[in-house]
Order: sequence, then structure tokens, then C-alpha cells
Amino acid sequence: MSFEPVLLKRWGKPNSQALETYQADGGYSALKKALAMEPPKVIEAVQKSGLRGRGGAGFSTGLKWTFLPKDVQGPIYLCINGDESEPGTFNNRVLLEEDPHQVLEGIVISGYATKSTTAYLYLRYEYGDCYRACEKAIKEMYANNLLGKNILGSGYSLDIYLHRGACAYICGEETGLIESLEGKRAWPRIKPPFPAIEGAFRRPTVVNNIETMACVTQILDRGPEWFQSIGIPSENPKDPGSYGPKLYCISGHVNKPGLVELPLGITARELIDKHAGGVWKGRKAKAVVPGGISMGFLSAEELDTKLDFAGPGKAGCLGLGTAAVIVIDHQTSMVDVLYNTCRFFAHESCGQCTPCREGTAWSAKILARIRAGQGTLKDLDTLTDISNSIGIMPGTTICGLADGAAWPIKNALKKFRPEFEEYITSGRRSQSLEVAGSH
Amino acid sequence: MSGLTEVAKQKIRDLLPCYPSKQALTLPALHIAQEEARCVTREAVREIADILELSPAQIHDTLSFYGFFKDEKHPLGENRIWVCRSLACMLRGGDELLAEVCDRLHVSPGQTTKDGKATIELAECLGACDGAPCILVNDKLQLRMTADAVVSLAEGRA
Repeated sequence: MSFEPVLLKRWGKPNSQALETYQADGGYSALKKALAMEPPKVIEAVQKSGLRGRGGAGFSTGLKWTFLPKDVQGPIYLCINGDESEPGTFNNRVLLEEDPHQVLEGIVISGYATKSTTAYLYLRYEYGDCYRACEKAIKEMYANNLLGKNILGSGYSLDIYLHRGACAYICGEETGLIESLEGKRAWPRIKPPFPAIEGAFRRPTVVNNIETMACVTQILDRGPEWFQSIGIPSENPKDPGSYGPKLYCISGHVNKPGLVELPLGITARELIDKHAGGVWKGRKAKAVVPGGISMGFLSAEELDTKLDFAGPGKAGCLGLGTAAVIVIDHQTSMVDVLYNTCRFFAHESCGQCTPCREGTAWSAKILARIRAGQGTLKDLDTLTDISNSIGIMPGTTICGLADGAAWPIKNALKKFRPEFEEYITSGRRSQSLEVAGSH
Repeated sequence: MSGLTEVAKQKIRDLLPCYPSKQALTLPALHIAQEEARCVTREAVREIADILELSPAQIHDTLSFYGFFKDEKHPLGENRIWVCRSLACMLRGGDELLAEVCDRLHVSPGQTTKDGKATIELAECLGACDGAPCILVNDKLQLRMTADAVVSLAEGRA
């Protein structure tokens, strides 16, 4: 059975960003359906669909909404996380540049379901074209009673404000985002309290991802059963399953890097060979990042891993993450690759928790030393120690950034250790260039 | 160095109804200040603090968290060009691109060319990995870049 893209179906159509073309393609019929339902019924539909958040953690969207307290007096905030910064990831960018109304419709539906009074779309600064597309789309919505007071005569009112970030990865962490929105440094908060109880401006808050919003629109339009019919069903009562279409970002050493929409659960091999034109220059893959660099690496022997929520974990990776697949060919040094990931996390650690601040900085320094031909085998043990001691899982940090920093180290040293040992004992030095910068 | 223009101050005040706290205007105000003056001057920090009824130290605390904002000793050039060095770009020559661009423009990352036309920055993942190596020119992404193309943009020829 062939799969037709849904989230990307309007990509590349003439004037796809405009309200007029969006409505001509049936846009905002999902919102009309939602507004005719009671808000708890909308939550029920989203829960029934099995939708899990697309931002990285994969938590059930509908369930998250139910954590809001009942009968709240005063504001509830809906924060939309458009701080997409996980290396390899660009699906939110394409969605907002190409079809902003699909996402914005999902925001209004989600706002209605959660009885939110104001929505903030936190958008990374780098996405200027997305910002302008959203700005224009939001204006069109206000002019057509799709936002503002008494939306389509429903009695429900909502404003959406765009809020631009300032180039910091940590703002994608939901409580870091909230702190940044509040005008403070983006230091993640200790949980509990979770945002549903005390979030933005100390009020009940929902934080959802951009692609999740596009899924909400489609679920209301096509029904939860349609969503449930796609993907990998739950394997046991503890597994919430992997339902629906998913946007897979493919980059690195492939012939055709790009974004594809497929049912959740395609294998890494099929994704690379059938949808990205295979590994470039006739080479073989040495390693594949399954979902953004914080998820770690699959080895060449693990390419039949299903890229659903459960698959990468079975291969020792942290999870599906953002489903951003980066292919690394067999001529690339894993020392260079791991150095690049460690340097990224050292740069992006917010500095609040000592194990993360020091652990990420030292792992980058140690790998720089190895790259300079001055590493020792003991350095590999030190790196392993660091990777086992930083993060939420060992219980030493407030947020998961450090777990994401630790995972590539763990996977690389477990799956590619002989390459690291050979590099060190042969006294090799990196062939790749690096330019030092001021920050 | 001078502070904010009246236009900038008004732009900030216009945002007040969008947020339940004045402090939430910190980032939008810093963006407005830097867009206008290519840096955030100390006077601008004081004026933002005045409008938001905060201490200048609170504004500075947020400002300094992000490597994004420049002080008055290091104003941005006419264009700010970020060259991505994260994994997807690295695998397709991002490091080499940055090295060549810096070499040809006689700058290190973070510096502005002598003619003041461009500030070159190194970036972590810009979110355009499908077009690696990519750059960001001010707030516009440019995909599948070559050193010639970046240098042309930096020299204002493209």
C-alpha cells in the first residue's frame, strides 16, 4: 500500500503559505469540527489517536493536556516550541516556511482543547523566513476571525504571539523555553512542579512542538482512527505505540538529503536507500545518527533498526529523538564525529549544573587532545566515566541536555572502540580543519 | 554611544500588551535595540530597564546569557554571516568552508571585516542540514554554500 504524505501534502504548491490556498484545500475545517465539540472531547480524540509529541521526548500529547488542573481561574498558556536546534533537524522549518496555517490551525485547536487564553510561538531566531511566514499568516487569521475574540462565533478567544529566540539550544528544553520567554536566562527548572501546574508566568502551561501541532490539525480533520491506522502498534501494555505519519530529516553523506514524510517505523536502511538515494560516492555507511546527535549512533550492523519510538532504544541509542537521520560514511573518522558532538554540547550547556558544564567541556577537551595526536588509552575510560555520570538518568542534572551529550560518547566508545584505540596508539592526528572562534 | 531612538522605544512599548510581565519583553527589546544600532549599548540597556521597570543588571544578565548580542565595543558589520559547523555541515565541508572564508576575508570568527561590511560568526546547527554546508545571513538561511558564494555575500556583491 502506498503512503501519501499528509503533513507535507501542500509543500511546493504555488502560494502554499496563503490563507486563500489553504482554505481552498480544505484548511480550517478541522478547527470548525473542533469548535463544535466540547474541549474534553477534543482532548479525548487526540488521546485516542495515540499521538506522541514530535519534539524529542515522545510523551503522549493528549495525556499531557489532561495534567492541567481542572476549573482554572485566570490564564492558561500554550507555548509552542519552535526552537528546533537539535543537529540534523529541520522539519519544523519546512512546515512553517511552506504551510504555516496547518501549524497555526493546530495551535488554535490545541488552545481550545486546553482552554488556553494566550499562545506564544517561540521561534528560533535563525528561522527568519518562518517568522515572516507566520507573521503574515497570523494577520490573515485575525482578519478572518480565526484568531482573536470569539473565534468563528464559538465564544472561544485566543491570541498567538510570535517570540523570537537568540540562538541558544537550551531554549528547546521546555522549562528553559519558559524561562527565556519570561525574559530570563534560559536555565531549565527543577521539576516538579511540571509546567501544567506551574509554567509560564507561574501559570498552568502546555508546551508542544510544531510538528505535533500539524498532527493535531490532521487528527481532527481525518479522525483518530486514521492516525491509529498508520505506524507501529503498541507491542505490550506498557508501550504506547508509534502511530501516525512522521517527518524524517535526512542529511550527511547521502545522495539526496532532504525531508520525507513516512509512516513511523521505517528502517534506517530503507530510509537511506529508498528515500535518500543511498550513501554518496558509492561508499558505505559507517554510522547513522537516528534522531539528532543527542540520540547517539547506530552502527552499520544496526541499520535494520526501525525508526519508531521504541526502535533506536533497542539498539542502545537514547531514543527516536527528532527523527533526524545523519549518515556518516566509512571514510569518516569517528574521532572527528565524536569531537564535533562533544564540542556542540560544551558550547550549548547552559552552565547551570556543574556535572553538565564541566563534563561537556572536558569531553570536548579530551577529544581535542586525541585529535591532536596526544591522547592516551586512559582518556577513553575518562570519557566513559563522564558519560556515565552526567544527566537526568544518573540524577546529577536538572534537564536532559547532559543525557544527550553523554549518549553519543557511550555509543561511540561501545560500538567503535577499536577505531578510537587504533587512533590513539598509532599517534594519528585529525585531518580535518578547525577554526577557533570567540564564542 | 547613544541609547535607543524614540522609534525603538515606542516599538518596545507597543509590545507591552502581549505579555503578562514586563520582564518578558527583555528579549524582544534587545532584538529591537541590536537591529537599530548593530549592538546593544550600555545606555540602551539602561533605557530598556527603565521601560521594563527592572534593574539594568537584570537586562544585562539575560543579554549576556546569549552569545547573540554585541556590546558597543564590538558592533556588527552591515551583514552578519554565520557559518554552520555542526555535524551535518561538518560532514559536507562546513569546517573547510569556514576556514576558507575567514582566510579570504582576513578575519577570525566573531570579527568584522575591515571595511565593516560583514561580521563572520561560527554557528551551531542552523536547521538547514538538507542544504549543508549552510550559512545564515542576518536571519535568512542560504543553503548549499561555497566559499565563493559566502565571500560574495560578505563583500556585498551578491
